[in-house]
Amino acid sequence: MIIESLRSIGHRIVNAVWRIGYASRFFMLILLYSGVSFRRFHLIIKEIFSSGVMSLIIILVAGLFVGMVLGLQGYETLKRYGAESALGSLVALSLVRELGPVLGALLFASRAGSAMTAEIGLMKATDQISAMALMAINPIARLVAPRFWAGVISVPLLTALFSVMGVFGGYIVGVVLIGVDQGSFWSQMQAGVDFRYDILNGMIKSAVFGVVVTVIALFEGYDAPPTAEGVSGATTRTVVQSSLAILFLDFILTAFMFQGE
Amino acid sequence: MTRTTLDLWVGIFVVAGFAALTVLALKVGNLSTYNTSETYQLQAYFSNIGGLKSQASIKSSGVLIGRVAKISLDSERFEAKVTMLIDKRYQFPKDTFANILTSGLLGEQYIGLMPGGDEAFLKAGDEIKKTQSAMVLEDLIGKFLYSKAEDSN
Repeated sequence: MIIESLRSIGHRIVNAVWRIGYASRFFMLILLYSGVSFRRFHLIIKEIFSSGVMSLIIILVAGLFVGMVLGLQGYETLKRYGAESALGSLVALSLVRELGPVLGALLFASRAGSAMTAEIGLMKATDQISAMALMAINPIARLVAPRFWAGVISVPLLTALFSVMGVFGGYIVGVVLIGVDQGSFWSQMQAGVDFRYDILNGMIKSAVFGVVVTVIALFEGYDAPPTAEGVSGATTRTVVQSSLAILFLDFILTAFMFQGE
Repeated sequence: MTRTTLDLWVGIFVVAGFAALTVLALKVGNLSTYNTSETYQLQAYFSNIGGLKSQASIKSSGVLIGRVAKISLDSERFEAKVTMLIDKRYQFPKDTFANILTSGLLGEQYIGLMPGGDEAFLKAGDEIKKTQSAMVLEDLIGKFLYSKAEDSN
């Protein structure tokens, strides 16, 4: 009984290590075949459309509402200290540093990452990938690498749009509805947000999240068991694993980037 | 969907993304206040800089004229050495007074320059001799309590 459970723990760990190794080999293969997909750039453009442009609406609407909530909650708290004028820098800093990159990548993972996994997984289940390999078309160069680069390009752009919409939402609630002074809202924001320290670090975060989310989504799809059940399991795993990876990496990156002066 | 409409949408998306980044840099961030005009360097020694940070602003009569470039501890004088970059357009007399001030009650700290009456001007690399340190709240409270105790005696 004890030996049995020990064996199952060992089996799980060996399996997990094997999968990590397989995933990193998969990542290296994507980088290796990227040159080919850059030569056929319209493949990447098609994927930017289906993952980036189609995620625009959810990103913009979510950003607007997140900014509006930040404006309301921030105002409620700052009012106690008589510091309502700092609302602008509160909204902008929390969006640019944390909420923009993290929520943008989480939304991208559930909107576009799951679709990537399902698409690749179904292609594998219906033997389209084997057929491609049979026709001497490299499936990684033709299917996987363009999707990878589309994700890596889309996520930082979506994050920037999310943050801008959030600041706009905070402005609507704070200045237009509640009546915080407009001048101090913007000037405090500009005094509080540094371009290199805050905005550039946020963009680096979102680029890292873009790489991680797309690699997880593509790997899960490519590795999915070729059954209906297998594809649905892989889609679930994509969303769960990429969400956890985003939050974990966010902590690591924040610890390195914002460790104080 | 045809290839041209696809290209159009992706183009709109990419342009909008970069526009958002520009808005973040210029309207939300402080990239617009990084002045690209030429600067010259001045030094000043303070016995206590309080919460002054690099990139803090330097003002004269309330007008932004430069930024703090570097703060370090001088190991011979045991004083904080503050390197400042001042806009070339503004010249200050030799006996200019440098103060560490606070904007508002709890705001950021900055350096205020009060020009003196000297005829000669500070040149690049010069040191501002007359400085006043930052107000530290604990010291103020300590002085206040001390004077109260003396009054009651």
